[in-house]
Amino acid sequence: MSDPAVDLEVPVDLATERAPLGPLFWICVAWLGLNILGAIFANVLPLINPLAQDYNFINTGPSLHHWLGTDDLGRDILSRIVYGSRVSLLVGSGSMVIGFGVGMPLGMLAAYRRGRFDAVVTAVMYVLLAFPAIIAVIAVLSFWTPRTLLKIIIVIGAASIPLVYRVIRSAALSIATREFVTVAQVQGARDSRIIWRELLPNVAPIAVSFLLIGVATVVTLEGALAFLGLSVNPPTPSWGNMINESRTILSQNPWLAIFPSIALGLFLLSLNYIGDRLRAHFEVAEVKL
Amino acid sequence: MARYVARRLATLVGIVFVISVGSFYLIHLLPGDPATVILGTGASPAARAALYRQLGLNRPLVTQYLVWIGHVLHGNLGVSFISETPVLATIRTALPIDLELILISQVLAFAGAIPLAMRAARRPNGILDRTLSAGSFTLLSIPPFIIIVLLVLLVSIKWGLANTGPSSYVSLGSDWIVNLESLALPSITLAVGSFVIYFRVLRADLITTLQEEFITMARSKGLRQRRIMWRHAFRPSSVALLGTAGVNIGGLLAGGFVVEYLLSIPGLGYTLIAAISSSDYLLVQGIVLVVSVGVVLINFLFDFLTSIVDPRISRE
Amino acid sequence: MSDQPLLSVRNLNTTFATPAGPLRAVDDVSFDLDANETLGIVGESGSGKTVLARTLMGLQPRQNVAVTGSVRLAGHEVVGASTSQLRELWSSEVAMVFQDPMTSLNPVMRVGRQIDEVLRVRHGMDRAAARTRAIELLDLVGIPSAAQRYRAYPFELSGGMRQRVVIAIALAGQPRLLIADEPTTGLDVTIQAQILDLLDSLRAQMGMSVIMITHDLGVVATRTSRLLVMYAGRMAETGPTGDVFRQHRMPYTRALLESSPKLSNAPHTRLAAIPGQPPNLARVGPGCHFAPRCGYATDQCRNDAPPLEPADRPGHLFACWHPLAPLSETTGAPS
Repeated sequence: MSDPAVDLEVPVDLATERAPLGPLFWICVAWLGLNILGAIFANVLPLINPLAQDYNFINTGPSLHHWLGTDDLGRDILSRIVYGSRVSLLVGSGSMVIGFGVGMPLGMLAAYRRGRFDAVVTAVMYVLLAFPAIIAVIAVLSFWTPRTLLKIIIVIGAASIPLVYRVIRSAALSIATREFVTVAQVQGARDSRIIWRELLPNVAPIAVSFLLIGVATVVTLEGALAFLGLSVNPPTPSWGNMINESRTILSQNPWLAIFPSIALGLFLLSLNYIGDRLRAHFEVAEVKL
Repeated sequence: MARYVARRLATLVGIVFVISVGSFYLIHLLPGDPATVILGTGASPAARAALYRQLGLNRPLVTQYLVWIGHVLHGNLGVSFISETPVLATIRTALPIDLELILISQVLAFAGAIPLAMRAARRPNGILDRTLSAGSFTLLSIPPFIIIVLLVLLVSIKWGLANTGPSSYVSLGSDWIVNLESLALPSITLAVGSFVIYFRVLRADLITTLQEEFITMARSKGLRQRRIMWRHAFRPSSVALLGTAGVNIGGLLAGGFVVEYLLSIPGLGYTLIAAISSSDYLLVQGIVLVVSVGVVLINFLFDFLTSIVDPRISRE
Repeated sequence: MSDQPLLSVRNLNTTFATPAGPLRAVDDVSFDLDANETLGIVGESGSGKTVLARTLMGLQPRQNVAVTGSVRLAGHEVVGASTSQLRELWSSEVAMVFQDPMTSLNPVMRVGRQIDEVLRVRHGMDRAAARTRAIELLDLVGIPSAAQRYRAYPFELSGGMRQRVVIAIALAGQPRLLIADEPTTGLDVTIQAQILDLLDSLRAQMGMSVIMITHDLGVVATRTSRLLVMYAGRMAETGPTGDVFRQHRMPYTRALLESSPKLSNAPHTRLAAIPGQPPNLARVGPGCHFAPRCGYATDQCRNDAPPLEPADRPGHLFACWHPLAPLSETTGAPS
């Protein structure tokens, strides 16, 4: 039988060539790395104390003393942005550790075992998915007082489990049904070995790109929660609460809104772009968070 | 078709049940006595006793749930101790504002996304496609709260357009022109976010569809490009778009609170935040219930629309 | 016009620009087709049959494809014609039955609408007339209870029924030339014969010319008057069907014949598979494309492409430096 498409197709080895990552990808990686290093080494860096008030510079634009200007209390914006990235990165990575820590093994196990285990877990997850996650997060965070960074991480992390589960399970399912897994089973390999050696390396690229997009989504969510006063309490800076605080004096000092917005926007753009390029590189169908 | 709808409805009822249990249990998540949570610490012993009787707070949780859900089904979500108005009445005034906001933003988003995706997909990697794809990707990374802050900065402060800034909300009933003005910035913000998603989903699916054999077949019939795009390519490509729209609109209902809060537009989101900060827990519970059920209903509606657009879905 | 063939193809080339360089999927193909004639185009997958079919219609993709030569169809030049000129030809002069009825029908449009559309948009019928005619066409292609099937979606029909719908769509404009591109590929063997018989009887009824593209010689043996054997984009051999079957000169034609089952064979006759695989067209050498798989190949074959040369009988041409001896069915040695 002739394959319908064969007559028009370019040679196979050309079609399967992977999409190149491109220079912009590495620029984004570098920017992301810079953000992470800044957050880790904020105390060591020659930065002004983010809580220190400089009464000579209140609500100023960029200057030599304060490169990105100061807020209405005379605090250095650059320093607050660098320190603020700690909250975003902590919440983003922490909650994804929980989400992937629970959702990924469950998803891979369900896809590998299938049968009753898969049916039960998937049913539970789909019911949970129907519950609007953002409302659940807001509701739980507002009722579960007093709020700490850890609780925020736990709540967002827990809310992300069903989403992670769905993505990982469908990715693992498409691999667990392929021949090389059957071959390994026939050869008598132990289940744990198959999951670690065959399944995990193949699911990993999808997981990584979804992880990055997940971090971006959580960082956005943290910003929104900060607006509602449901994130870390002032005066601890976070990108979200910096933009939020800028609103009241927007007409006097627009820099206060613009710089943290740029910081957050570039951070999210890098994450999304890296995730998107990796997905294209590994030829994974687009998944939605 | 009927069987499909019946099965989906059964799932719907199950999910709504789970949501109601979750919303009910929220009150018990709080430390301390539920009566104190609902009535505040300064309530008189008589009021507490009345509430205990009304909600059956002495009895087991299952009975409490049954009592509560009985009230809910009769439209009684309780009376807020703080505002002393029925929770349902508060929701009734707030909900239409959200619906108007969502309607305007969705009309704008679809009106932009559909024609532009059609044009971009006709020449994948052409100039228009590259520009729109890069632009939409950038916009995708900008959270709505940044967009709204920057819009306020530009439109209300720099251009000085009245009726667009924070706290300028006027209800539809009192002056519809000013009402539209006051909803302009939040509508645009929500529209931008939706537009980006719809454009990307539809463009990707159109490009896939346009490579299908039945498109070549449609060309070989001698049909014009316009007809092929709209009659043959659009419908099969819009299945994922509808699913996405359902999730997205649900997300706007649940997540529209940021723009509402920032511009003091008294929709459900704004009311929810206000209720949280004033510890009006019955109102929080009511809004959580209504919004969650609303999100599920919207998803159900769009699933149903999907099965109409692609009849294969309902018949496996 | 009457002394001109319906279709006249001269030195047709279709070249794809690929990352590995130009890929000539159709290489210097020339032939004529008269009204009411049936031509079979035979070759393995990858031989350029489908690309040739689409190039004949002007349906090839527009990007990264170059077409040279000439295709004159009912007095109109197809090569280089604008889309709007081609639209005038499509459906009314030439129509195509696509390979796979699972993918060639719009999955979310009722089959009746897919037939209607041609009649209304291209042939100016009103809604009611188009509907009546569409049901007639469904009836004509042998679909039972056509009026009910009119409202069916493609997924509600079997593969054979879908292919009948595809044929009905192709017939809607009463074309003078019907190109059937592997019309039975995805179908059961019994259904295949039904579809082929249907095409045969429709051709006779409607007075069309048909180009039947296939990899299966059994399909064309009794249903075509002439054959064109293609290999790697080039014409390997062409001529009246009987001559090509009985007096083929090109070793590839024989290999193809020996690899397809025949009723005249004794039971359990081993079929000879053609050794090797069709070449990657982006990386072919200068000589005969079949040389790497051919037992008779010499250095001449590998370095120079053989031209088409006339055989003994009129209209029979072959391209081979070492043709098989004429009038031989089973034995043949290089001359």
